[in-house]
Amino acid sequence: MDYAGVVTLEILYMIAFLALTSAGLAIVFGMMRVINLAHGEFVMLGGYTSIACYNSGINIYFAMLLVAPVVVGLVGLIVEQSIIRFLYGRMIDTMLATWGLSLLLIGLVTLIFGNTAVSMPAPITGYQLGEYQMGGYNLFIILVTVALLIAMWAVLRFTRAGLIARGAMQGADVVSALGYDPRKVYMYTFSAGAALSGLAGGVLAPLTGLLPSSGGAYIAKAFITVITGGAAVISGTLSSAVILGTVNQLVSFASHPVIGEIAMLALAIILLRLMPTGITGRFFRDGT
Amino acid sequence: MKFTRRDFLQAAGAATVAGSLPTVAFSADNDIKLGSILDNSGNLDIYGKPMVLATRLAVDEINEAGGLLGRKIKLIQYDSQSDIALYTKYAQQLVREDKVDVVHGGITSASREAIRQTFRRSNTLYFYNVLYEGGVCDRNTVVTGTTPAQAVEPIVERAMKKWGKKVYVLAADYNYGQITAKWVSHYVVQRKGTVAKTDFFPLDVADFGSTIAKIQQEKPNWVCAALVGGAHMSFFRQWAASGMNKKIPLASTTFGVGNEHLALSPAEGDGILIAGNYSQESPLPANKQFLAVWQKKFGDTKIVHEIAVSQYQGIKLWAECVRKAGSAEREAVLKAIEAGASIQGPAGTVTIDAKTHHASLDINVMEVKNQKLTILETVKQQPPSDTARYCDLQKNPNENKQYEVDI
Amino acid sequence: MRAWPSVGHIRWGWFLLATAILLLLPLVTDTHTPSVLLIWALFALSLGMMWGYAGLLSFGHAAYFGLGAYTYAVAVINIGESTVPLILSMLVPAAVAAVVGAMMFYGRISDVYMGVITLLVTLILFKFMSATAGDAYVIGGARLGGFNGMPGFHTLNVPGYPEISLFGLPTYYVCAAALLICYLVCRWILARSFGRVLVGIRENEARCELMGYNVPAFKTAIFTVCAAMAGLAGCLFANWAEIVTPRVFSLGQAAEVLIWVIAGGLGTLIGPILGAISLGYVKLLLGEQTLIDNSLILGAVLIIVVLGIPRGVVPALQGLWAAAGRRARGRAGSGQGARRTLGASKPEHT
Repeated sequence: MDYAGVVTLEILYMIAFLALTSAGLAIVFGMMRVINLAHGEFVMLGGYTSIACYNSGINIYFAMLLVAPVVVGLVGLIVEQSIIRFLYGRMIDTMLATWGLSLLLIGLVTLIFGNTAVSMPAPITGYQLGEYQMGGYNLFIILVTVALLIAMWAVLRFTRAGLIARGAMQGADVVSALGYDPRKVYMYTFSAGAALSGLAGGVLAPLTGLLPSSGGAYIAKAFITVITGGAAVISGTLSSAVILGTVNQLVSFASHPVIGEIAMLALAIILLRLMPTGITGRFFRDGT
Repeated sequence: MKFTRRDFLQAAGAATVAGSLPTVAFSADNDIKLGSILDNSGNLDIYGKPMVLATRLAVDEINEAGGLLGRKIKLIQYDSQSDIALYTKYAQQLVREDKVDVVHGGITSASREAIRQTFRRSNTLYFYNVLYEGGVCDRNTVVTGTTPAQAVEPIVERAMKKWGKKVYVLAADYNYGQITAKWVSHYVVQRKGTVAKTDFFPLDVADFGSTIAKIQQEKPNWVCAALVGGAHMSFFRQWAASGMNKKIPLASTTFGVGNEHLALSPAEGDGILIAGNYSQESPLPANKQFLAVWQKKFGDTKIVHEIAVSQYQGIKLWAECVRKAGSAEREAVLKAIEAGASIQGPAGTVTIDAKTHHASLDINVMEVKNQKLTILETVKQQPPSDTARYCDLQKNPNENKQYEVDI
Repeated sequence: MRAWPSVGHIRWGWFLLATAILLLLPLVTDTHTPSVLLIWALFALSLGMMWGYAGLLSFGHAAYFGLGAYTYAVAVINIGESTVPLILSMLVPAAVAAVVGAMMFYGRISDVYMGVITLLVTLILFKFMSATAGDAYVIGGARLGGFNGMPGFHTLNVPGYPEISLFGLPTYYVCAAALLICYLVCRWILARSFGRVLVGIRENEARCELMGYNVPAFKTAIFTVCAAMAGLAGCLFANWAEIVTPRVFSLGQAAEVLIWVIAGGLGTLIGPILGAISLGYVKLLLGEQTLIDNSLILGAVLIIVVLGIPRGVVPALQGLWAAAGRRARGRAGSGQGARRTLGASKPEHT
């Protein structure tokens, strides 16, 4: 009975992990069709920011939930204005430029922070679930993810900014027709996506040994989650995170983490084969 | 005449030709050339960067003291960027173009195997100064890093005495981890203990949630973690985050090699038992001097880890052999090596075992306390017994094989 | 108006010049570096052919490169003589590609979704191979080795004579021959109606289908052929490096070949070749310094290349020279010159 509880919590954690790390990419790709190969590095930057803040004495929650997204959002703004802005519509060139950006960011972080693993301790202690010790911090991550998704949905559904963003998803001329400059909208959207990636990195920092090259671990899974999810930003990412996360953990518990990962990847292939435009290409088509 | 793409082939070809012509080395012909291939960038740079600095330190120290046999050492350092293709390429370059007298390089076992044959074929002396899984039997190669038998026995001895007989083993899924796990089982069973389970994790696995739950199911007395690299660091973090570090103790033969103890807070890391060659807390005068010189030259001594020190010791050992031999020529140096060379390094005494061309090293059993590796006891001059089981270069000098330790 | 130059038209003059250069290169320089540059060029060519002419974007082409390398290593350890392993190293990736391709193309998967599926294939292979370090993972007599890789296998030998092994200079000639032959094969494909259909599929898939062509079959066919070429490159790479590690399947390797093709120029055959040679060479050069972190330098270079040279090096420089040619001809005579410049300004498909 306890064991079932453990497995369930680990599944919820994996779903949250996938959704959290993919949220930023979902916005940038889902709404702007920009393939940002430096997404993993934005997550990594969020981690470094929160660790650096924590080490200078700033309150840990403040560092993770506020400073990290703001800093990485600013970085995203700079990147958008100096690089991405010139490459809209040119998917291939964006890929090349963002790959270069990811290398550049890795090099910069190595220069500034050196390349020994850094980390900070989890602020929440473990707890007892029946016979098992569980990571209390995992619950925090699940909560943050749920809050984030609700907030994203609310913004897109109920605010003017959300309306403009959804208009931009349909096409640049829709936004212009509403009287807004599409280039400004793209700029804010990219920064928002970067900020979300930073938030993910900040929140996940206490559970990893962070290195400048850690970004690579996030990009592949995030990309797969977003594409498998399909066009809708929130319901797409969430639905694919649920399916992939559940399979990953169930198989990991049944055998070994590596088999769990392979099973998740294989399942993604099957899903894409059955639903070539992603899950929300088929279901939840009117969703956000 | 229209300019076409074909013209570019010509131009590119010319550029390639011009670029790959051997560069003229502006150095005195009399210099002894020391080549080195290490990963100064990419995924493995946590190991490589401090090793590159240690190499520079060792060479500069020797040169400032007057050189070797009155000649200066010229260091030729290549960055393999964590890409094994570059190891092969630079090995060839060191042999064919730079024509070095010795090479100190390689980090992972894959990188060592990729270049070892190149050096053997060209009779270029090769030093591999990193801890590894043991078994290399090759007269042209000298190994100064620890092998599992050296570090595992002391730690199993101590852990079983302190904590109990039931062990759960976690190991990195490649040859070092696999063989270390075998040695752990061997020594545990030898002391009448039991291994509850052994789990292997490829180097990029970072999610240990299911593993931590499984460990709790088995209820071992202690956990032996031979994990390697940045992703595996996550295990220690997740273990501490779930509060397990207060429940079941940990021992490791690899923790600390990449300065992992600096990354964990005291609350998380305290109590982990480690066995290895080097600790920054060592009171040896050679260590204090080494750290002082490093501080003056590079500033931050935080990044100094075991294999950076191994690299430094390897170069110093080679220099000692050159002095004894009176020449940098390979055969003369090998004779000096096989006569039983020995130096005092920051990690204690390093003595070459003539039979295996591996090193007998001082092993420290250490405990992580306040982000430092506090030495609990030192076992002096542990011999490379795992390689010695199979390898006798004095009987079979033409041997060229890596034995897989089979116990 | 001139007819568009045929996609399959080979300029024999330049081709023979290239062959001569490759033939004579060993006289001026050591062949170790050029060998790997040619291998990478072949790998890039195989992706560039598929992507540039059929519009098939594969994020995981490294899968077939890696399969070629591992197939060769496993086969040569078991067989001992290198001719059959060489052939297998092309057939196995081709077979896998046929299955994956059929699955994708008959399911109407395209553009970025195809990219993701191909990425998934190479990641699965990477994760699987990385976990094969234990004793249990053997194929015949060959230990797969996991992260350690497979070292020490028999390199290519003269067919039929296992003792005469090709090492050093002969390896270079094999690589050069492989690249030249594969280039000719690509050109030949493009010269046939098969090649025209591929370009048609790239331009407008629906129209091709309405004209009666079996589009999925064409796509699967070219995907298979390009996988075989990548497999050949992988086999040659295994011989050059003398060790095969799971890195051949990695995200890094997959991204690298994409970057080579993009930087060199999509839509040409020579672009990917030159992109691989130049960027590969830059990587090798960078490793000779350890003062500045190499990721930083390479990243900056890529960004500058993209922002400054949008279509890739080859098309951009082509454009420059075409413009120079136009100016020169414009001076020669107004009427005729103007007509010819019209023809000259049409994009060339080579």
